Amino acid sequence: MRAKQEKRVAYIVLTIVAVIFALPLAWIVLASLDKNASLAVSMPDLTGENYIEVLTNPANLRSFFNGLIISLGAATIVIVLSTLAAYALSRYEMKHKKIFMLSMLFMTSLPITTVMVPVFKVFVSFGLYDNLFGIVLFMAASGMPYAIWMMKNFMDSVPMSFEEAAWVDGASRFRGILKVVLPLMLPGIFTVGIYTFSGCWGNFFVPFILLSSSEKYPASIMLYQFFGQHSVAYGTLAAYSAVYALPSIILYVITQKWMSQGFSMGGGDKG
Amino acid sequence: MRKKGSSLSKFGYLLPAIILMLLFFVWPIILTIYFSFTNLALTGSAAANFQFIGLDNYQKMLTDSSVKVSLITTVIFVIFSVVGQSVLGFVIAYLMKAKNKIFRRVVGAIVLAGWVMPETVAAICAYTFMTDKGTLNEILGFFGIGMVSWLFKYPLLSVVLANIWHGTAFSMMVYQSALDNVPEDVMESAKMDGANKLQTLFGVTIPIIKDTALTNTMLITLSTLGTFGMVYTMTGTTVQTLPIFMYMRAFKNYELGYGTAISMLVLLIGAVFSIFYVKIQGKEMEG
Repeated sequence: MRAKQEKRVAYIVLTIVAVIFALPLAWIVLASLDKNASLAVSMPDLTGENYIEVLTNPANLRSFFNGLIISLGAATIVIVLSTLAAYALSRYEMKHKKIFMLSMLFMTSLPITTVMVPVFKVFVSFGLYDNLFGIVLFMAASGMPYAIWMMKNFMDSVPMSFEEAAWVDGASRFRGILKVVLPLMLPGIFTVGIYTFSGCWGNFFVPFILLSSSEKYPASIMLYQFFGQHSVAYGTLAAYSAVYALPSIILYVITQKWMSQGFSMGGGDKG
Repeated sequence: MRKKGSSLSKFGYLLPAIILMLLFFVWPIILTIYFSFTNLALTGSAAANFQFIGLDNYQKMLTDSSVKVSLITTVIFVIFSVVGQSVLGFVIAYLMKAKNKIFRRVVGAIVLAGWVMPETVAAICAYTFMTDKGTLNEILGFFGIGMVSWLFKYPLLSVVLANIWHGTAFSMMVYQSALDNVPEDVMESAKMDGANKLQTLFGVTIPIIKDTALTNTMLITLSTLGTFGMVYTMTGTTVQTLPIFMYMRAFKNYELGYGTAISMLVLLIGAVFSIFYVKIQGKEMEG
């Protein structure tokens, strides 16, 4: 009897939590489909116009494209460089390997926000201020420690013997990496790539500090600007938010497929 | 270990990553330390010819009452966000154990959705929820409670609640996997000894997941400490946590030197937590 009652309480509490968590999200979905969207959740006067407006406005499309350049660019650099670095860390004996790995972990957890003032100054003096490529480089650099940490752990799980077999067959070390190690690492590479991509796609502060011309703004800044206008069309705002959030959601769902063995914590050493 | 290729090549693999990090990550950290001892400005003569001014910025911080206010705001923001996320995340994970699979999936997906959202989108969701004509006030109105201007009257509370909503999923997942790893037989034997649910929770479960809870707390403290977009989108510069304060002094008041001294403060607090976190992880690496 008691156990049954406890169970019922658990269901009720969880349902309440879920409803409260869902309400702020419901606004985006409902308002984006509403002809006369307001700030509160309400039954929509169904229309697809908000989405059409968002997706046909060239400035909006450009902001998504800018975000794509930043995120794809950074993810590509991170994948290539962290794979190479992880290979050295995983396959060779090195003197200060442990210290190096721990400093990677240390850098992973430092709040990036704190270095942005000097980064701004560095960018101005390198001529990288208001430059999308500069943002790509910075995002890649700041994503690198975590990527190296993850990649090394993934690489450690690929047995050395496969690679050695390829060498016996006359393959060079580089060919061994390309043909043997990489294919076995694909889930890890995708995980790191998606993680980096999503981090860049959602980042607000870095482009906010390092960009000044509106035609270079990625979606995060564009949305903020849009939101700050005096007469906001809420329906369009919601539709823009939904379109902007969609890649993050899709990519998250995809990674779940690879990480299905269980969630691995920040350090990634349990993955 | 078999060697192939020159011993130099191993550094060749590492070099590109290291150069990139040195240029765009380590160098700015070093500059942060350096600039915090200068009178660097955003514009004007002190932008090009800035000078070393020793501890002046730090002395200024000690007497600047807005630094104190900002520090207190940050501590409140971080503590309440972290405790809120951690406790709520644990409660959800704990209650979800052994419940209907579809129900778990739906609740989990809803909580996760708020976490997966980009920061700006999450901030807008939270803003529209709590604004004067927002959903929260509509609901309160339905129960006969008058409208409350949450974002103006209680801006700090608003951003804390928003941050809890946005971040709880992470703790939930961490605790879900920790709870899944609590050995079944330990729970069984506690039950056999006649322990009730609460006794088992506090006597058995919580001690076992204690380390996970600690690591989780470190991680969310670090990410909360650097929060900017969420706070800035929701309340502008009303809630002056240290990152917002740093941004204002550096880019609105053009005092880059003073701004970096403020970031040093955040960096130091962050470094303390990071070292603690690395120590825990380092121990696990050996084990």
